[in-house]
Amino acid sequence: MSHQEAIGRNAHKIDPNNIPAEPARATAEGKHKHLGIWIFLGSETVLFASLFGTYIALKNSTAGGPTTQELYGLELVFLMTLLLLTSSLTSVYAIYHMKNNNFKKMQLWMGITGLLGLAFLGCEIYEFAHYITDYGFTFRSSAFGSAFYALVGFHGGHVIFGLSWLIVLMARNAKRGLDTYNAPKYNTFALYWHFIDVVWVFIFTVVYLMGMVG
Amino acid sequence: MTENTTPNKLDSYRKQESKDEMKIQVISFVSMIVFTVIAFALVGTQLMTGSYLSILLVVLAIVQAMFQFLYFMHLKDKGHGPASASIYGGMLIAFLTILGLGVITWW
Repeated sequence: MSHQEAIGRNAHKIDPNNIPAEPARATAEGKHKHLGIWIFLGSETVLFASLFGTYIALKNSTAGGPTTQELYGLELVFLMTLLLLTSSLTSVYAIYHMKNNNFKKMQLWMGITGLLGLAFLGCEIYEFAHYITDYGFTFRSSAFGSAFYALVGFHGGHVIFGLSWLIVLMARNAKRGLDTYNAPKYNTFALYWHFIDVVWVFIFTVVYLMGMVG
Repeated sequence: MTENTTPNKLDSYRKQESKDEMKIQVISFVSMIVFTVIAFALVGTQLMTGSYLSILLVVLAIVQAMFQFLYFMHLKDKGHGPASASIYGGMLIAFLTILGLGVITWW
């Protein structure tokens, strides 16, 4: 660490006797990051809405291929829902430990969040492979196929991006400890991860449950 | 760097406050699980069918999403005005997008 960097880092050090109530929003940069991620999530909402709208419009255009009722199974989707919902809670625990200035426990709970996200991703890959090999249901099968893989796949892509983000974040800050420089970074990730869970709530409702109802 | 990570110097008032907050988070998690189980059970047991069930499922999803936004993502806390404006604005445009796609498809 150069001299300049050392000065920069010390400016962000947290005084153990005077821990900020919101380490993630203790600096101007932290406040801006917080607003930035919310503006981003607002626009993501619109992006996903257009994919949902497209899916709803095209879900019965199966071109003689498998229909929603023939494809979907409740068990795997329920398991995936539990995995993602639990990973949302574990990231809340991570932020709880951030507010208590306990870096090690924050890293631990972020790690658990990542593992749950990875398990979710594994289930999704299994699901897609099952549709492709057992039903011959692909992106090109029908308008329904394109809309399904575009929507659910785009969400899965968000999970992949989130996991990569988390790994880089945890590795880069592993030896730094918690300060007001990296606290906003962790908080921003946690908000993004919760949002992925919100989108999944609508996917399991609109795609899977309403697809089973018909 | 190591004295940075000792948690025991937080004053007890703040510690209690964040403990209480964590309790609320766990309660919202349990409610979300309950809503999820209700939604899956309604479809799995076929107690209800048709468009009423679909409407009920969407309502359950919206309630769950609001738990996530307000409690897990702290939107209910103070200092979240601009953040709320962004996400509620996004939700409004999202609603109009789905409405618009519905109208051009079925009307």
